[in-house]
Amino acid sequence: MDNIIHVRNLTKTFGDIAAVKDISFDVKKGEIFAFLGPNGAGKSTTIKMLTTVLRPTSGDILLAGHDAAKDPDDVRRAFGIVFQDPSTDDDLTAYENMDLHGILYGLSSALRKERIRTLLEFVELWDRKDSLVKEFSGGMKRRLEIARGLLHHPSVIFLDEPTLGLDPQTRNHMWSYLEDLNKKEGITVFFTTHYMEEAERIAQRIAIIDHGTIVASGTAAELKANTGKDSLEDAFLELTGHAIREEEVSGTDRMRARSRMWHGGRR
Amino acid sequence: MNTIYILWLRELKRYSRSKSRIIGSLGQPILFLVALGYGLGSVFQRAGEGNYFQFLAPGIIGMSIIFTAIFSGIQMIWDRQFGFLKETLVAPVHRITIMLGRTLGGATVATLQGLLVLVIVLAFGFRPYSWALIPVAILFMLLVALLFAALGAMVASLLDDMQGFQLIMNFLVMPLFFLSGALFPLQGLPSALDVVVRFDPLSYGIDAFRILLANVGAFGLGMDFAVLASVAAIFLVLSSWFFSKIQI
Ligand SMILES: Nc1ncnc2c1ncn2[C@@H]1O[C@H](COP(=O)(O)OP(=O)(O)O)[C@@H](O)[C@H]1O
Ligand SMILES: [Mg+2]
Repeated sequence: MDNIIHVRNLTKTFGDIAAVKDISFDVKKGEIFAFLGPNGAGKSTTIKMLTTVLRPTSGDILLAGHDAAKDPDDVRRAFGIVFQDPSTDDDLTAYENMDLHGILYGLSSALRKERIRTLLEFVELWDRKDSLVKEFSGGMKRRLEIARGLLHHPSVIFLDEPTLGLDPQTRNHMWSYLEDLNKKEGITVFFTTHYMEEAERIAQRIAIIDHGTIVASGTAAELKANTGKDSLEDAFLELTGHAIREEEVSGTDRMRARSRMWHGGRR
Repeated sequence: MNTIYILWLRELKRYSRSKSRIIGSLGQPILFLVALGYGLGSVFQRAGEGNYFQFLAPGIIGMSIIFTAIFSGIQMIWDRQFGFLKETLVAPVHRITIMLGRTLGGATVATLQGLLVLVIVLAFGFRPYSWALIPVAILFMLLVALLFAALGAMVASLLDDMQGFQLIMNFLVMPLFFLSGALFPLQGLPSALDVVVRFDPLSYGIDAFRILLANVGAFGLGMDFAVLASVAAIFLVLSSWFFSKIQI
């Protein structure tokens, strides 16, 4: 089976808002796949359904061969996730957050020790392992969450807007690590973004999502060729009829943008 | 099993790390002890009811337990808002074990808080009826704590924002406390109040504390145990049920 994610006719409505409308797509094992779309397109809603924390209104999800509705625990073992909003426990230390995760996923104590050290060293947090997470910056928290999401060696890692609010160095560092992991370990990477250049540079295949539907998918080159444009921006404009940033920005995003300004980050 | 243990441990770590929370939550019982214990003591005595401080102390222990226990359950709203809840919801473990770990942790913390208040009332001059019954009293404290931690968790599973929190404090915790026998004897109440008191599970907890610590009581220890254990069981089942339905 070479499609690790298989989604058919997935729909989610909240009252009369249709957040995701009848989308179908596949992600191949070992692929780096991106959902590219503006705020409110339905990216997070889709990820929440794929990761079993939100029940679809209708449609089917198969992940690593398991049905998300019927065998959620098998699905859960197969993926790691970095949610759009932080999900660490701020009152625990970095090490304790990792250890708790390892125990939830049934890793032995020896295995936890070894992997936690390797991962925390990799994300350059080993020397801060005993600091409470509340003392961490946004970038450090994100790095910790990535390390945590990989601790149980999932076959897919989901990253929902992983680089939002990160400075360029952290962003590059994060992607080079994930690309490396993808090459060496064959881990499938599924991420969402509303940055064109990130989708184009990192993803092997892109699905453009807008107002809850997938309007096109393919490699960046295919998307450009099919629309007859020579930049992904123009292809996006052609496909959706609007630029990615003209959508209204959500409250959280506005806050993030403000905190980016305070911290002198560039976007 | 490990899941329950690690989530239990998490509650204890968070408790022991928030020194200000521990100290802050001792202020209220001390205030009640001083203002009511000494303030109403002479009236109580004149009414022929004996030493009010001896009477009040078990009620104040109950107060600190119910407040801490419900609060620890309610903290799930924070975990939901600030994200940690998601980390446990995507884990390949039964949601019931998550719920049990959290609730047992919250109950342990509330019992510790009750013990701290016991030490305080001892320092203020409270004399237990029998030292040998203290361990039994602690078991009852744990049972009361479990009941209200489960209640808090159940409410938190049903709410998803912090606005609800004030509402719960005003319309759930305060009535549960004031309408239990924590502050007044249960004998000779107006019949309407008597009925209400009997519907408040905290009444049975305080009654048990009072029987074990001060040798006075209304319902009898067997009845107290039966009510507390069955209500706790019901709340645990309900909270697990609602928790298993949570979506993000
Ligand atoms: N829990 C919810 N209740 C109601 N509407 C929601 C909820 N979650 C998301 N939505 C709506 O669904 C749409 C898609 O949201 P989302 O998936 O978060 O978009 P994205 O992640 O692409 O920015 C938005 O219009 C959003 O307001
Ligand atoms: Mg989103």
